[in-house]
Amino acid sequence: MSDFTSGFWDWYIAVICVLGIAACALLLWSQSTITVKADAGGELPATTGHVWDEDLTELNTPMPRWWMWLFYLTIVFAVAYLLLYPGLGSYAGRFGWRSALAYEQEVSQAKRDYGPVFAAYAGQPIETVAADPQARLVGERLFLNTCAQCHAADARGNKGFPDLSDDDWLHGGAPAAIEATILHGRHGQMPPMAAAVGSDRDVENLAHYVRSLSGLPSDPLKAAQGKPKFAVCAGCHGAGGQGNQAIGAPNLTDQVWLYGGDLATIMETINKGRNNTMPAFGEILGAQKVHVLAAYVYGLSHPAPGGRR
Amino acid sequence: METTVQRPREQVIRMYAPRAAIYPRDVKGRYASLRWLCVWLTQLAFYGLPWLRWHGRQAVLFDLAERKFYLFGLVLWPQDFIYLAALLIICALGLFLVTAVAGRVWCGYACPQTVYSEMFLWLERRIEGPRSTRMRRDRQPHSAGTLARKAAKHGAWLLLAGWTGLSFVGYFTPVDRLLAGAAALQLGPWQTFWVGFYALATYGNAGWLREQVCKYMCPYARFQSAMFDPDSLIVSYDARRGEPRGAPGKAPAAGDCIDCSLCVQVCPVGIDIRGGLQYECIGCAACVDACNGVMDKLARPRGLVRYATERGLAGRWSTRRMAARILRPRVLIYGAVLAASVLAMALALALRTPLKLDVVRDRGAMGRSVGDGLVENVYRLQIMNTAEHGHTFQVSVTGLAGASVEGGADLVVAGASGRTVAVRVRAPRAAAAPGSHPIRLQLTARDDAALQVAERAAFFIPR
Repeated sequence: MSDFTSGFWDWYIAVICVLGIAACALLLWSQSTITVKADAGGELPATTGHVWDEDLTELNTPMPRWWMWLFYLTIVFAVAYLLLYPGLGSYAGRFGWRSALAYEQEVSQAKRDYGPVFAAYAGQPIETVAADPQARLVGERLFLNTCAQCHAADARGNKGFPDLSDDDWLHGGAPAAIEATILHGRHGQMPPMAAAVGSDRDVENLAHYVRSLSGLPSDPLKAAQGKPKFAVCAGCHGAGGQGNQAIGAPNLTDQVWLYGGDLATIMETINKGRNNTMPAFGEILGAQKVHVLAAYVYGLSHPAPGGRR
Repeated sequence: METTVQRPREQVIRMYAPRAAIYPRDVKGRYASLRWLCVWLTQLAFYGLPWLRWHGRQAVLFDLAERKFYLFGLVLWPQDFIYLAALLIICALGLFLVTAVAGRVWCGYACPQTVYSEMFLWLERRIEGPRSTRMRRDRQPHSAGTLARKAAKHGAWLLLAGWTGLSFVGYFTPVDRLLAGAAALQLGPWQTFWVGFYALATYGNAGWLREQVCKYMCPYARFQSAMFDPDSLIVSYDARRGEPRGAPGKAPAAGDCIDCSLCVQVCPVGIDIRGGLQYECIGCAACVDACNGVMDKLARPRGLVRYATERGLAGRWSTRRMAARILRPRVLIYGAVLAASVLAMALALALRTPLKLDVVRDRGAMGRSVGDGLVENVYRLQIMNTAEHGHTFQVSVTGLAGASVEGGADLVVAGASGRTVAVRVRAPRAAAAPGSHPIRLQLTARDDAALQVAERAAFFIPR
């Protein structure tokens, strides 16, 4: 409402409203009877006395009176409405109704309705919630609403967005780690390593070595030449390339690639680095919903015995 | 002393007039019997349908909460609303056809407003007495007896209206539970509202408003006149035979109309049919019955007031000649369009597959590379099994060489329920150029190959 800094428009609307209602009442009252005049010969016409286009006249076929009362009723309704609800300029109405207030009431009602459902799950360990079919349905809804945009409806991710169903984890797959990821988000960062590795040829050799770590086809000679260069990677990815979940460094030996495992992509990753963010959903969803959601994600790679997936 | 009549020089006239009370006189005859037959048929259907059972459930139930609409063997979903549109079109065309042939017979015999007014009038006559008695009692100061009768009448009306409201809501909520809830005074707020709303609407419309509904509220009454032509049947007064009016025997040259005014007394909308066709006339033929009764007593031929076409009356046509005019272009066109609509709807219903499929492609994740040079797209399938028993389905894909479906086998969907499944379609990257390619996802029941539905989708191959 910052466009309206003066009270002028409030009054403008209020006055138009009141005048409009009064004019309706006046029109209704003044038109409920009309006076017809006798003609020159003293005869009263059988019509309403209106004449159009020289000779068109209007027979008097009155509407039923209850119809007129309906009109008056609309005026009563308008006055009552404007007294009780906002509408007359800035007057708030006797009920103090506001759309924002109505929204808040609906939200708090929904929280009262559904709060107990989530509260019940909040007290259970994530493994138990993950095995509960009802909780899985709730979690699936939350996932489709909140997570599927990036991780896809089947949770198998996409380039840059991890697959959540393969039990291969960047930041840890323990229930508590998953919950922490959703609550607080994650920030995965790999610095550009081109300068540290050396020439373009060194980068290519290193990429061949990285591919050889997971048994992908690679040039043995180049891989052997690249192996010493891996020393600059080992700080995060470990000497054997097994990664480090504490800092989100991926395991390079398992053929799971966040950005792609072909030679060109690996070289691009080494040269330019990677920067990736998973937003924090703790504030958006609240801890109790995150708990159910974490259980759903955990259940994707830990199907309950006999459960349908 | 000389008196002069001073003529008024002006007069105040009202643009809104008080309603003139109408006390329709009871009438017996061919058309009154026909109307009562219609009352019985329509009301047996209306009050009776909710009580029919079909394979262990209510045969006719419009379950708004579950969004399932049961009509005997048919289960319709909100996606089937096209059938409701078709039904409304058929009803409208039916009204056009009937009106072109026989005028406002729907109004006079089968319209709920007429049917309920007839029932309420019957109660009124039983409790307050016939027309003359009611008029006399209403003119006099109301005695205790009159007031008691009026109270009894309104009580009876409200009971009938309440039962009507319950029956109406019984189409939307299981009627046995509804009745048990009503008996225990434990209806939900919306049930209470709709029972009350429909009951009060019935009570108000059939008890109080009656002809006012037809004259001032009903839109069909107004546009039906657009379907009339000089060959439509209307309730007509044969003025050539009836005029000049007069008591029998007094004037030898008098016409057949003895001016007994019975035709006016029985009219539910309070008009004098001898003034010609009027927009208020609902074509109920109460005046025909009344006049025929009088003519029988006078041993004169029936039909001074009768159903006749405007052209037929003017040319003194026989019934056969009027009937021959039914086959005129207007009627034939209405009839042909109506028949085509009915046929189309019947075919669509008979050939419909009780299975629906919506394909929602993942928007965030376009196409992703998986091993072995394959590209994968994810689709969320919304499977709606609208049959009443469960099936196991299988998804297949066509339209792209080498494409296959993952996670689309053995999908169990219970009867009359839906399920959302995420499936993956895989295709070799080399199958087509990068970009979007049309594919078809087909859902087939494993136990019934004829039960299948296909839906178009797009497969995206990234660069």
